[in-house]
Order: sequence, then C-alpha cells, then structure tokens
Amino acid sequence: MSAARKKKTRGWSWWYLLFVIQYAVVLWPPFYNKAEPYWLGIPFFYWSQLAFVLISAALTAVVYFATDD
Amino acid sequence: MQDVNWVALSIFVLLFGFITWLGFIAAHWRKGDLDQLHEWGLGGRRFGTIVTWFLVGGDLYTAYTFIAVPALAFGAGAIAFFAVPYTILIYPILFLVFPRLWHVCHKHGYITAGDFVRGRFGNRWLALAIAVTGLVATMPYIALQLVGIQVVIGAMGISGTGFVADLPLIIAFVILAAFTYSSGLRAPASIAIVKDILIYITAFAAVIVVPIQLGGFGKIFSAVPVQKLLLAVPGPTTTGSYGVYATLALGSALALFLYPHSLTGILSASSGHAIRRNAAMLPGYSFMLGLLALIGFFAIAAGVASLPEYAIGFKQFGNNFAVPALFLHTFPSWFVGIAFAAIGIGALVPAAIMSIAAANLYTRNIHREFINKSPTDKQEAQMAKWVSLIVKLGALVFILFIPTQYAIQLQLLGGIWIIQTLPAVMLGVYTRWFNDWALLVGWAIGTVAGTTMAVVMNLTPSYPVALGGYTFPGYTAFYTLILNLLLAVVLTPVFNAMRAKKKPADETVAADYFA
Repeated sequence: MSAARKKKTRGWSWWYLLFVIQYAVVLWPPFYNKAEPYWLGIPFFYWSQLAFVLISAALTAVVYFATDD
Repeated sequence: MQDVNWVALSIFVLLFGFITWLGFIAAHWRKGDLDQLHEWGLGGRRFGTIVTWFLVGGDLYTAYTFIAVPALAFGAGAIAFFAVPYTILIYPILFLVFPRLWHVCHKHGYITAGDFVRGRFGNRWLALAIAVTGLVATMPYIALQLVGIQVVIGAMGISGTGFVADLPLIIAFVILAAFTYSSGLRAPASIAIVKDILIYITAFAAVIVVPIQLGGFGKIFSAVPVQKLLLAVPGPTTTGSYGVYATLALGSALALFLYPHSLTGILSASSGHAIRRNAAMLPGYSFMLGLLALIGFFAIAAGVASLPEYAIGFKQFGNNFAVPALFLHTFPSWFVGIAFAAIGIGALVPAAIMSIAAANLYTRNIHREFINKSPTDKQEAQMAKWVSLIVKLGALVFILFIPTQYAIQLQLLGGIWIIQTLPAVMLGVYTRWFNDWALLVGWAIGTVAGTTMAVVMNLTPSYPVALGGYTFPGYTAFYTLILNLLLAVVLTPVFNAMRAKKKPADETVAADYFA
C-alpha cells in the first residue's frame, strides 16, 4: 500500500459525499411522498424507494472501489 | 382453530430437522478450540465476505421483522415503509465506522462493545453501563423471535391447552439452546445460509404469485384505503408524519449496529474489507424487506382479515397473522411448509446470535470485571455457554407467561436504550475527546428521559416536541440521543476541569484503527 493510498483509507475522502447524497434524498419524504407516476401499477412512493435501495448499493460499491485497494 | 395442515407441518419438521443436524455439525466447521471465548462466541473471527453476508443478513433481518413490517403495512399503511430508508441509511454507517471498530477489536482481543469502551475510556462503570444496556435491550428481542415461531406454529393449525399448546415452542427452544451451546456462533452462521435461501425463495414467490392471482399491482394498490397509501401531508405548523418517517428511519439506523448481536456478527468477519464489501452487498436484504413490506398490502387486497377461517388467528396474533394468513390463502400446502420453515428458522438464527452476544457481554464486562478477575480461557468460554442458556430460558419464560404485547413494548424501549450507547461506542471509535463521566451522565439522562417520554406516549415510538408554536413529532430514540450528546459535550470540559488526577489511560492508539 502506497503512502498516498494509506492516507485515503484512513481519513476523509471526497467519495464519501456519495453517502451524503443517500442521506439527503432518503431523509426528505416530500421528494417521494406521491402516488404519481405509477410503475406497473405501483405508486411512486413504493417503487422509488425500492429503486433507491439499488442505487444506494451501487453508490456504496463505487465508494468501495474508489477508496479501498 | 383450523385443522392441522399435515403437508405443511411435515415439510416444516423436515427442514427443522435438517438445520438441527447442521447446527450440531457446525462445531467442526473451520474447526477451532471452542474452549476459547473468541472461538465459541465469534467463530474465531474467520468468516469471509460471503459467510458474513449470510450471517449478518440472517442476524439483522429477523423473523420478527418479516412478520412485523408487513403487519405494520397491513395495519397502518405507508409509515411501515420507513424500514426501507432505514436499511438504506445503515450501510454508510457500516462502511465508515465498523471497519475501524473491527480493527481495534481484533488488535486488542475485544469481543463486545463494553470491552472496547473499557479499553478506550478506562472506566469500568461506563463499560458496565454499555454492557447492561446491551443485555436489557437484547432480552425482549430474543423473546420476539420466539413470537415469530409461535405465529407460524399456530398458523399450521397446531393448538391445544396448557403445556401441550406450548410444547412445539419448547421443542424449538431446546434445539436452539443445544446447538448454540455446543457449536457457538458457527451454528447460526451455517444455518443462516439455509434460512436466507428459504426466505429469498418465499419472498420472490410471494411477490410474483400473489399479484398474478390478485390481478396485478394496480388492483392491489387500488384496494388499499387512500389514507394508508401515502404519508399524510403535514399541516402548516408541524412536520407531522414526514418528521416521524425520517426520524424513525434515521434513529433506527443509528441504533442498529449498537445492538450486541449486530456487533457480534460484524466482529466475526475475517477483515475490515469483508465488512466494507458487505456494506455494498447487504442491501440485497433491504430490497427483499421492501418487497415483504408490500406483502402487507397484498393481504389487504386479498381480504384475508374478513375470511372466517382466519378469524381465530387474527384474534390470537393480531395483525402479525396477516402474512401467515396470506400464505395459507395463496400457496399450496407444501409451499406453505417451506415459507413457514423460512420464518421459523429465521427466528432461530438471530435468537442464537443474540444469546451468544448477551453471553459475551455478561462474561466479559460483568463477570470478569467484577466477580472473577482472572478466569482461564476455558472458564470464560464455559461461563458464556451457561449464560447463553440462561438468557434463552429467560426469553422462553417471558413468552410463555407474559403477554406478547409486553415483549413488543420492551423491544421498543430497547431501541431507545441502546441508542444511548452511541456516543461512547460509535464516536469513541473516532475520538477520545469525551470525558468518561460525561458520557455516563449523558447515557443515564438519555435513558431516563427516553423511557419517560415513551411511557407518557403510551409506549408508542414517537414524541411530539413543541417549540414556539410548532410541533415536531419524531422518534423518541432520536430526540433523546440529541439530549445525550448535548450533555456529553457540555459536561466534558466541566468534568475535565474538576478531575484532580490525570484522565484514565487509553489502551488504544491511532494506528490500531486501521489495517
């Protein structure tokens, strides 16, 4: 592990901002508390949050590959 | 009640027999000396990414969750979906905080959060507070897992009076106690793999088959009453249900990894990398939990609550009967057996891990600290094995003799209590700035205030905080955590100034927290 990389895994990384996005979206219910648009008959409230589970998993994977060796 | 469903029961018993066998032979898996506490109670810290995924998934997404979240959707509607943002919020915390905690625990041989706090802050009373909180919060949680088993046993039509009625639960409990005693954490780790596969099969089958039978998602959601479909839009002077939804999600997320059983699962991983990878992979379970929450709506649309054959079940178990009733209504008997086995086995895995975690806490932070200061490895492991039995016996007695409602209410209080350990444990991973006594006072006041607020609100999770004409209803655990943190911050300089002696030594150094 190079010194620069070591520093990356120890302290702050700008990639962590991707986590902040997850928190901001999820903790603001007005973003998703609506029925329209429906998808396969499922109200937006439900399918959008399920979709965001997948998006947040992808974002976490990005942070993993960007900050880990 | 309805007749015994023999096909379902046979499959249920068969799968239970299989995991019992698996639980016992697990003692030989990645063989270690089970007379050492870290081998018995943490599986020798040898589980790689995949096993950790099954173990932590099986640990956090409990049978009770699979019954209760859809039950809440069935009864209360949209608010139940807070479980989805909640499980989104936990993974950044897992990613950032817990690899550090894993490293320091690995380096110093810590097995519990109490061990870490003892080493970090050098205050055994603070460590005791952490350990007691963990124990008290875990007990009702174990009891609730047994409720999960009770519901599916009842749903298969097994009933009776007195001792006979409780016999299936007692048998399940004896199996659980025996394999946990003999194999330690290796037993739930191996069973978790079976359990999770069964749960995934059940969840996906339900989400595909039921909507087809009911004529599509459009029909299902149009059967849901309008006021249950979305969160109520708050009035002009309150944050209303939005605040409740967000603080429930955030507070639950902050509390989750403070539970002893979560930490036991995480510390059994073989590396910090395994934990980070799991932060990206565990959302697989969150997705399934979201699908399962929808099952509550399926149950509304299928109208199971008004079918006469399920009336007794609903009477006995309330909304918790919604999912079993829907499965009985929808699936052929053989598949009901698989689905119910998934829930039943799904209860054993977390119950085993919780009892191991509680045993580790008692052994390390109470017995070794206050009673027998220098046990041999063997004595320590033996003590933990006995305590795991006592803890489970306590949970069983609780479920058999005390109304289920109390277990649910205590579990709610447990969330408020466990979150009070956050400053010492999760912030302690980053900083030694806090004064140990300030943390203890913050913990104590947070616990008392949270308990009082919950009791005032008739043991419901949210409390309306009023400020200058506005009300902010929100999760009590979240509000009392803020109070706790404020106290710890304000009192730290005060107590530091009052301290005559040097502050107690920190066993850990900065380098212990990294690879």
